[in-house]
Formats: sequence, C-alpha cells, structure tokens
Amino acid sequence: MERILFYILAVLMIVFAIATVSSRKVLRAVMFLLFVLMGISGIYFLIDYSFLGAIQIVVYGGGVVVLFIFSVLLIHHIELELEVTPLKKKISAGILSAIGLGITLWAILTYPFKTVNTYQSIEVEDIGRKLLSYEDGGYILPFEVISVLLLAVMIGAIVIAKGKQLGLKEGEDGIENRE
Amino acid sequence: MIEGISIYEILSLSSVLFFIGIYGFFTRENLIMVLMSIELILNAAAINFVIINTYLYPDFLQGAIFSIFIIALAAAETALAIAIIINLYKLVSSVEVKDTEIMKY
Repeated sequence: MERILFYILAVLMIVFAIATVSSRKVLRAVMFLLFVLMGISGIYFLIDYSFLGAIQIVVYGGGVVVLFIFSVLLIHHIELELEVTPLKKKISAGILSAIGLGITLWAILTYPFKTVNTYQSIEVEDIGRKLLSYEDGGYILPFEVISVLLLAVMIGAIVIAKGKQLGLKEGEDGIENRE
Repeated sequence: MIEGISIYEILSLSSVLFFIGIYGFFTRENLIMVLMSIELILNAAAINFVIINTYLYPDFLQGAIFSIFIIALAAAETALAIAIIINLYKLVSSVEVKDTEIMKY
C-alpha cells in the first residue's frame, strides 16, 4: 500500500515539476509548484516524520506560494504569457542537466548504502529537546542564529520593498520634507 | 522508512527533482520563475537530508533538524528575493533577467 502511494506521489511530483519549469503562464506555474511541494510533504508523512510534513504544508502552502502569487499579481497581468526561451538555450540546458542527472544517478545506484533495518519514527519531543539543548550535540546555537536571521529578513524585506519613503513626491529629499 | 521502498528509489526521485530545478534555473528568463526553480532545488536537498537520516542513521537526528533549518532558510530567502524583485520592478518596470543590468551605484 505504501509502495503504491509512493509511486503515485513520485510520478505526480515529477510531472508537476516539469510543468513548473515549462509552463508559459506564470500563475499556473505557481500552482504546479504548490502541487510539487505538497507531494514532498506527502513523502515526509510516509516516512513518519509528520512534524516536518506539517511544517512543509504550513510554510510552503500557507506562506511561500501565497507570496509568489501576490508578487505575480503585482507585477504581471493575470493572463500574461512568458517569452519563449530560444530552442538552442533549451537544448543546451537540457543536455547539461541530463548529464548531471546521469552522473548523480550512477553515483547513487553504484554506492552500497548500509541500510539499517530498525524502524524508528522521528518524534516531535526529541526534535524539540534536541533543538533547545545546550549540551553536547545540542542545536541551541543554530536555532538562535536562525531566529536572528528571520528577524533580519523581516526588517530587510520591509525596508527594501518600501523603497523610497512614503509620502514623498518625486524629486523631494527626505530632509527637506521634514523641515 | 517506507515499507517496500529502498533508499535508492527515493534518492533517485530527489535527484530527478533537483535536476529539473537546475534545468528551470538555466532556461527561465523571468526572475520569479528562477526563484521557483531554486525552491525546487532546495526542497530536493531537504528530502535527501531526511531520507539519509531515517535510512542510515535512525538513532541520530542531525538530518531531521537540518531539514527544518533548510526550510526556514528557503522561506527567508524567498521573502527577501521577492522584496528585491518588487523594488526592481518599480525601478526598471520589468522582471526579465536581461533587463536587470543596472546597480544602485
């Protein structure tokens, strides 16, 4: 049963990923990307790591894809079609990625992985304790660094996207306005 | 681990996704589409972290924790890049790669 589910997910993900990089309508490409991301969260649920599956749905389905849709609607007309990429570029990029894929698959399939057969699902409690532990093998430092990074990104995104100061007319300086 | 599925099949799936992302990164000429290809690449990498953790070293949690960090970094990168793209659109009225040739200074 899980085997069939995995194969269905895999085929869907590959089809929608190809659709994402080849669709000419921007909004459709975003929706295809959403399907791929949901398929990845399905993989996480299949290997019994439900916490990351839930995070994937919340962050990507609820955050990143909505952000993409907003920016597409701000920037493009809704029915806008992208320019056609020259065929020469497509072929060279396809050959390059096919070569890379071949080498990677060859390396993976010939390497003898020593798989462990003990079944163990990843518990949220262990993750939480590990993230906040400051003993050996704890992850409190990267956790704090990530939180500072997220704060910096939040401020940076506001400052960059706002651009010039609001309420200023063209050609006016900020200092002049305050006087 | 998934019953009846070996590590080779999942690693093959994630490398296919990775190289589809690489292909999109090379061929797309719109900045938002380039960003979406980067999302594909990062997600394929995150799958690899989790899979190698559960199949090879189920007693440790490094891969599981680093995949959380990867997702946080990907979200941060997307938010910042979209802010830059919107600002760029205000400046040059285009988000094509070939039009973005000026810098601020």
